[in-house]
Parts: sequence; structure tokens; C-alpha cells
Amino acid sequence: MKNVVALFTGLVFSLGLSLSGMTNPDRVLGFLDIFGSWDPALAFVLGGAVMVTVVMFRFVLKRTTPLLEKEFYLPVAEAIDVRLIAGAVIFGLGWGLYGYCPGPALAAISYLQPSNSLFVVSLVVGTLGARWWSARQHSASLLTVGQD
Amino acid sequence: MPALLGGGLIGLAASMLLLFNGRIMGVSGILSEALDFKGAGNKLWVWLFLLGLLAGPRLSDAFLGTSEPVFEERTLLVTILAGLLVGFGTTIGSGCTSGHGVCGIGRLSQRSIVSVCVFMGTAMVTVFVFRHVWVG
Repeated sequence: MKNVVALFTGLVFSLGLSLSGMTNPDRVLGFLDIFGSWDPALAFVLGGAVMVTVVMFRFVLKRTTPLLEKEFYLPVAEAIDVRLIAGAVIFGLGWGLYGYCPGPALAAISYLQPSNSLFVVSLVVGTLGARWWSARQHSASLLTVGQD
Repeated sequence: MPALLGGGLIGLAASMLLLFNGRIMGVSGILSEALDFKGAGNKLWVWLFLLGLLAGPRLSDAFLGTSEPVFEERTLLVTILAGLLVGFGTTIGSGCTSGHGVCGIGRLSQRSIVSVCVFMGTAMVTVFVFRHVWVG
């Protein structure tokens, strides 16, 4: 059942992305181009989504457990640190260069466009690279702690 | 209007995943989880979510009146560089537009609100530089 929910929510999310125009990176760049011929329509995508989540999450998170799992798997980090900010800057650079964030890029794989496919391969390599880098950082810091 | 409706669907999907499975609908996190081949545990839901994500655009074109997006050609360098930056940045920064944006703001997480302001601001400055300064 959990797996059916995952498949279904992936599909609903993706239909939302298509319907709203997020799968077209030119439109996304048009939205980001606030100093040029700004196309504000896409503000309603995040705006509309957040209107739903701000209300729904309040009710959902009042429950002690989700319907099909034993616990909520929520992020535990609270610090606003260098990693958070640096990651957001690096992501923003890539998003502004091309017009794809991860969701729409992955959804658009189904069109088998060469440019999108190359973007997704690079996205995967970048993700693996960050995992590898983080693991190295982590073991390096453990090593330093060990030497103290 | 399609933007608001699409956004509503995205918010609904995020709410359902949290209500039923207790999971945050963050695509960069889900992708990273799918690529974590050494990690233990049942990952089937991650792959099924991605499968649903892949199925959406074609179904939307068939039944919701959308069509395959046509967009300007990007150079190879821009495509590869942008993909690498998005993958690296979202993984280091623990989230993207769905995880920090849709879900993080939904939880009123300070970290997420800061992240969204920073990545959206950076993206806007990037577009400004490449459209109005660099190329002229």
C-alpha cells in the first residue's frame, strides 16, 4: 500500500508540474527573469503548492504517526550553516543557467530529448559527487576528532 | 490558472505522501536515496515515486491538454555544467524546490525558508547576468 501511495503521489506531482508549465525550462527562465520580460505566472506554482501544504501539513503533523508508517521521517537539522547556504547558491546557479530543478528534469525524461537526458545524467553525476565529497568530509572530520 | 491548479496538485501530492507514508516529497532527496546503493532498508517506494514522476508528462499531454515542451537549444557546456551544479548543490544543501520549497515552507522550517530565498535569488541574479549583462 505504501508503494502504491508513492507511485500515485509521484504521478500527481508530475501532472502538476506538466500542467503548470514547469517542465518547460524556457518558461522557468522567463519567471526568473525579473529584470527582463518577466513572466510571473510560475509564482503561482510554488504559491499554490505552499498554500495547500501550509494548511494540510498543520493537520497531518498533529497526528502522532502517519497512516501507513510507524513514524514521520522529518529532517532533523536546524542550523542555518555554510552547507545549507553554499548548496542553495550552487543550486541556484545551475537552475538559472538552464531552467530545470530536479523534479521537472526527471519528469521530462519521458520525452527522451537529448538535451534533457544529458542534463539528467549530469544531475546524477553531481548528486553522486556531492555524496562522495560529503562522505570524505565526514571521515576527515572523524579523523581530526580521533587525533585530539 | 493552470499554474495555480498545477501548484495545487503538487501541494496535494506532498500532503498525501506525508499523511500516508510520513515522507517529505523532496525530489533531490528521493533521487539521492535511489542512488544510495550501499544503504540498507526498503527502497522500493523511492523507485516507484520516480516511476510515477516519469509517467506524468505523457499522461498530462494525453488527457490534460498539455504538450511536449519546446525550448531553445542550450550549449553542451551549459547543459552539463547546470546539471552538475543542480545535483551537487541540492545534495549539499539538503533540498530543492520541492523539498525546501513546497514541503519545507509547508512546515514553516526556517532552514527551508532561508534556502528558498537564497537559491531563488541566486537563480534570478544568474538569469540577469546571462541575459542582460554578459550577452548584452
